[in-house]
Amino acid sequence: MTAALQNLSRRTLLKAGTGLVVGIAFAPALAPAQGTEAPPHLPGSLNSNRLLSAWLRVNPNGTVTVFTGKVEFGQGIASALAQVAADELDVGYQRINMVTADTSRTPDEGITAGSQSIEQSGTAIRFACAEARQILLVAAAAQLGVQAGDLTVADGTIAAPGGKQTTYWAVTTDAMLLGEATAKRKLKTAGEYKLIGQSLARRDIPAKFTGGVAYLQDLRLPGMVHARIGRPPLPRAELLSLDAAALKAMPGVIEVVRDGSFVAVVCEREEQAINARLALRELAVWSRPELPPTLADTFEHPDAELQAQDSVVYEKTALGAAVAVRQIEARYTRAFQLHASIGPSCAVAHSGDGKLTVWTHSQGVFALRSDIARAFGVPPASVICIHMEGAGCYGHNGADDAAFDAALLARAIPGRPVRVQWMRDDEFMWEPFGSAMSVKVSANLNAEGNIIDWRHELWSYPHARRPGGREGVNLLAASQLADPLQPAFPADIPQPNGGSDRNSIPLYDFPNQKILKHYLPDAPLRTSSLRSLGAYANVFAIESLMDEAAAAAGADPVEFRLRQLRDERARTVIEAAARNGGWRPGALGDGGRGTGSTFRGRGIGFARYKNHACYCAVVAEVEVDRISGIVRVTRAWSAVDPGLAINPDGIVNQIEGGLIQSASWTLKEALKVDRSGIQTKSWLDYPILRFSEVPTVEVEVIQRPTEDSLGVGEGAQGPTAAAIANAFAAATGRRLRDIPFTPERVRAVLAAF
Amino acid sequence: MPTLYTLRVNGTARSVRTQPDTPLLYVLRNDLKLNGAKFGCGQAQCGACSVLIDGVEQRSCVYPVSAAGKRDITTIEGLGTAQRPSALQRAFIHEQACQCGYCSSGMIMAAQALLVRNSKPSEAEVKQALEGHLCRCGAHNRIVRAVLRASKEQPS
Repeated sequence: MTAALQNLSRRTLLKAGTGLVVGIAFAPALAPAQGTEAPPHLPGSLNSNRLLSAWLRVNPNGTVTVFTGKVEFGQGIASALAQVAADELDVGYQRINMVTADTSRTPDEGITAGSQSIEQSGTAIRFACAEARQILLVAAAAQLGVQAGDLTVADGTIAAPGGKQTTYWAVTTDAMLLGEATAKRKLKTAGEYKLIGQSLARRDIPAKFTGGVAYLQDLRLPGMVHARIGRPPLPRAELLSLDAAALKAMPGVIEVVRDGSFVAVVCEREEQAINARLALRELAVWSRPELPPTLADTFEHPDAELQAQDSVVYEKTALGAAVAVRQIEARYTRAFQLHASIGPSCAVAHSGDGKLTVWTHSQGVFALRSDIARAFGVPPASVICIHMEGAGCYGHNGADDAAFDAALLARAIPGRPVRVQWMRDDEFMWEPFGSAMSVKVSANLNAEGNIIDWRHELWSYPHARRPGGREGVNLLAASQLADPLQPAFPADIPQPNGGSDRNSIPLYDFPNQKILKHYLPDAPLRTSSLRSLGAYANVFAIESLMDEAAAAAGADPVEFRLRQLRDERARTVIEAAARNGGWRPGALGDGGRGTGSTFRGRGIGFARYKNHACYCAVVAEVEVDRISGIVRVTRAWSAVDPGLAINPDGIVNQIEGGLIQSASWTLKEALKVDRSGIQTKSWLDYPILRFSEVPTVEVEVIQRPTEDSLGVGEGAQGPTAAAIANAFAAATGRRLRDIPFTPERVRAVLAAF
Repeated sequence: MPTLYTLRVNGTARSVRTQPDTPLLYVLRNDLKLNGAKFGCGQAQCGACSVLIDGVEQRSCVYPVSAAGKRDITTIEGLGTAQRPSALQRAFIHEQACQCGYCSSGMIMAAQALLVRNSKPSEAEVKQALEGHLCRCGAHNRIVRAVLRASKEQPS
């Protein structure tokens, strides 16, 4: 079943991928004339950006410019893509200059999300570079009077038998790469890689450690002014009155821009804008609509309170009437959680000469451009969106919204670049949140102690509210304008990627399975993509119940998983994580026994991200203070299978970082919200893991150089949560099913002894 | 009233005219065009804006320019450059000790202050020195390794 599902998934994925990109912006060359056949399918993002020149330029000065529509946000993608380009071209790494997401220069590759950049952009760049190499060799062969097949290349120098030489830089012409890609050149294979598979140092790092220009926040344009936004005190509040004249009289205030309930101050100096925003808060009078209850208030009885769209995500009945001897059922929940980037969102915009230019740390510059153009009723070509790095991203945070704020202000003050910097509370209160979720899982076991029926039922708000849809404007300020623009209906992302139901289909070989979704599109709070989307809660639930079922079957959790899992690569990561984590069946933890002040235990969690990206298993070791209720993750081990690893240290960094972030979500993080509004406003209201609380982490990368590369950026999120929950159970003999695992909740379950 | 201040930043005298209560962060970033100190929270809670004042770590987002007076202000630009990084910066590069790196400058400045007062800190002492700094990407272990690496490389 697994292989068949994966094949189906891959085909559907390719189709879904194409639809997404075309939906964002038609490349004119793509649209087939009526009556002609559709062009052949090309791999990765090459399919939607078919010209070789869209991907690279070989320059006479001895460099190569490579273009990607993906964005760098510290995940090291620009460096990894330079590695694959250099290898396919046979040039040194230093010769590659990367140009990332810019609507005026790079291919449109949709959103940089879902751990797909290596699969989509990497694949396109590899094929484009392999083909460019051949074109350059054919030109060199003609010049040297030899056969192209007899030429060899080393760092761009082309050598013919007998000693004649030329270079890429001598033979390159502007016209050479104007054609469409065919993707017919064979890519280099495992034995031929020189840079692929090497842990090269990232290119973005030296500037970051020396005060270089590394972030959008560092952009300073001549005549630039500073703006701050006067956001409402709570969602859906309306601005009833504002003494703009009093604000305008403050030092440095150039303009008070108001459009409906959107209001901002624009000042000469940044600290003046900060002061003016404080004054604005005092002067503005807002309506105070009460926030309705959310899923987080009604986890136990969501159906009674909330309007859901119900659907069957997946169903399989491979086994007829079998006799179950044991049923296990539990409900698992997850609070609303935040991206909580260290740097609040920022943007710079400039309006002039009929063009609007926006510098943004959005994950999707073309999607952002599409929504800004729609909001302003202008052609997309008149809007340029250029990506620059912001602070860590982790999904759909406030970046697009800050960009639209800046665009609105630049339109109001043409000719002067406007810099918008959200303050800390803007980010906490107005970024799109990760949805609260409730997941009820049940399993029937047969007499052999194997699961024969599996049922997974989930309740969730949207995980996808990014800009770039076919209709609506998904930008925060749009619905506040005097002439409001409504967001698009927040459809859930369909399988095989899934949104709320991402990773809800277990990879295990249970004969009967049913996955049900209760999707809640009408969310009182704006929710959208937070790293791994629904996978975090779904994997937490699946892998927690796996341990509960293993306990019921009297089996070791690792052995219980392996005996119901045929996928060899999945088995390998589970075995590796267990081995590295010193897994000892029967001795996983204190089980709530003993008289010491702490309980210790180990647990495991596993998932293949989206069921088609990287395989990842995590073993966590926890210590539980039985008096305070504080849970500490002391050590963690992960094994990850990313297929072909481009940059192994980059993969380690992503898994290690994701694991620590997930540990923070799981132990500590919950949005504070009540009827009167969002109460999370500073780091005091939203603690995250600190240095003294961070586990040591060991990551083993299981490299498979002959397999396709698989995305890793989000692979650790779900398995980590489950590993911690299972380690807690091993330590205490009690189970936590509600994230976060706060000391209050821990004390409550321990008190139930 | 805007006042003229002459600040000593990274060993050089720099003049700015601004309000006395202007946080040093905005003077460094906007008037002196130094990128190292970052705006993170504006409330001295995250450490992204940390600089050294007379060798002591301070949160520049809440440190009024008027308090800087004749003191020595050191930002990360005063340690080294991408071409000639300091031993500490080199160690951070060696360990690839970040993902987004937005918190790094503040971390490095806190580590610099630590290494000056304690050239051979233990792992626990490094963590303690950085406890008030937030990292969201989960690069903590790499950061600790980088500080320990730098301490090994410097004479005791």
